[in-house]
Amino acid sequence: MTVAAPAPTTAHKRPYFASPRNRRDALIFTMMALPNVALIAAFTYRPLIVNLQYSTLDWQLGSRTATVIGLNNYVEWFTSGDAALVLRTTGLFALATVGGSMLLGLLVALALNTAVPGRTFARATVFAPYVLSGVGVGLIWSFIFDPTYGVLSFYLRGMGLSSPQWFSDPGLSLVMVIIVYVWKNLGYCAVVYLAGLQSMPSDVMEAASIDGASGWSRFRHMTLPLLGPTTLFLTITTILNSLQAFDLIKIMTPASDGTRVLIYEAYLQAFGAYQRAGYSAAISVILFVILLALTVIQLAWVEKKVHYA
Amino acid sequence: MTSTPVVDRRALVEQPLPGMWTRKNLVATLLGGALPLLLATLVVALPLLYMVLSSFKTVHEIVTLTPKLLPDHWAFTNYSEAMRNVPFGRIFLNSVMLTTVGSSIKVVLALLTAYALVFVRFPFKNVIFVLVLVALMVPSQVSILPNYVLIASMGGENTYWGILLPGLGTAFGTFLLRQHFKTLPTSMLEAAEVDGAGHWRRLWQIVVPVSGPSIATVALVTIVSEWNEYIWPLIITTDPNKMTLPVGLTLLASNESGPQGWGVMMAGSVLVILPVLVVFSMLQRYIVAGLTQGSLSN
Repeated sequence: MTVAAPAPTTAHKRPYFASPRNRRDALIFTMMALPNVALIAAFTYRPLIVNLQYSTLDWQLGSRTATVIGLNNYVEWFTSGDAALVLRTTGLFALATVGGSMLLGLLVALALNTAVPGRTFARATVFAPYVLSGVGVGLIWSFIFDPTYGVLSFYLRGMGLSSPQWFSDPGLSLVMVIIVYVWKNLGYCAVVYLAGLQSMPSDVMEAASIDGASGWSRFRHMTLPLLGPTTLFLTITTILNSLQAFDLIKIMTPASDGTRVLIYEAYLQAFGAYQRAGYSAAISVILFVILLALTVIQLAWVEKKVHYA
Repeated sequence: MTSTPVVDRRALVEQPLPGMWTRKNLVATLLGGALPLLLATLVVALPLLYMVLSSFKTVHEIVTLTPKLLPDHWAFTNYSEAMRNVPFGRIFLNSVMLTTVGSSIKVVLALLTAYALVFVRFPFKNVIFVLVLVALMVPSQVSILPNYVLIASMGGENTYWGILLPGLGTAFGTFLLRQHFKTLPTSMLEAAEVDGAGHWRRLWQIVVPVSGPSIATVALVTIVSEWNEYIWPLIITTDPNKMTLPVGLTLLASNESGPQGWGVMMAGSVLVILPVLVVFSMLQRYIVAGLTQGSLSN
């Protein structure tokens, strides 16, 4: 990703705005870009700063009074055990969803990359859940997972098993949401991996094939390393996405302790029963710092390597 | 970064393997390609099919220990019950209206900003572009509390403008269109400039007409994400008459909790999911390209 070279300017000697033509261009630029840039500044950048300020307050949402308590919200979060639970859940969720959707995505991509009729249709179908409403998807799967009337419990009964309590057991709630999240997102990984597979130098692969390299050996020693940049890119973007998972959790397991990830915890503290706006802001700041760190890694490191692909 | 359809086109080219119809290759093709793809397609399609079919089942066919795929009697009662419980007709119109207005504004804003960033001379263009680029990485979820406090203080709760306003700035569209505009030959625009066409005319009469696919990509991705937008409308609306579909569906789910409510919830899910599925099935090329954009930068 390159940043545009500075616009060539003809007025080196004089101040930029002394030239009428420059003034006119600047005016046009402002008129065209300002509405969008102002909206982004007001509703994307401003909240980041405001969150910092809110996070120093003991403040009930809707209350007219607030007490400045410095870093106490952060101290409380890290010492109360909330941090341990929430960060552990967030980490597990990220690890499982990223690993699951990338692994399954790669397998689907390998299948899509063969000369099978109907693969264009298959590619679109597998991608489809990625564009569907998380609320709708969450309800479909809640029905399927229903321990009594769900299809899953029906098949489990058929095998002589009783259905796990997906909704009341915290650990199983997490497993369930992870499964649905992977179902929704693996098509994205599959399509990105497929693009990686198809940009592979086919002459090299053919040469290896003629040299007698077996399918597995070709995959292990050539395909996989050549997919390295794609894998790196997907790892970062799917981690970033998984940290923003909200819809499925809100609709499937809103009250479960097992699925309290960072983003949901920030929502719950401010807009749930507690209305603790300052505390919620502190959690949002922590989430933002994590996202920022990952983004910096992506920009500094991954972009360079993805270029190579 | 180039636009992605390049990859799509390659995906469509069938590459017949040499000696494809030998028995060994046939088995390999089936095991390596056909069967896994069939499995993956079924795993994705069956839950969606089950949603649609269940939405037409009566309560007796839902609250049963032996569910079947097809309804015995096709019934529309779940839909009428959903409409009775929550004003879904109104909510559906809200979603259509807000998605149309919101996406239109966003596409125009993205066009204007991207044009200015690429074709208008301005000293701080890079700073502006970096601001847009970084905004792309900030998830809307971390901004909801400050935005809620601001919009609520302006009286925006349960209003259409309150739902729309915070999401109108578009980093994604700006970024994608800027990348596309940079690939346009400058000679084309220089000729127009010599002819005396101002920036406004150059944008609408030259740049927009040659940018159809890119604009379609931005528009479709924007439409889909506006339609599915959840956390912000959830927070800013409490009046069912002002809700969007995902929020109305949440309300329906909490009103209908209990096993007899599954059919009604499936009917609600159909209303949210089916329109996107229809649009996606017709225009998936653009949507997939737009959503996987970043992966193919070079």
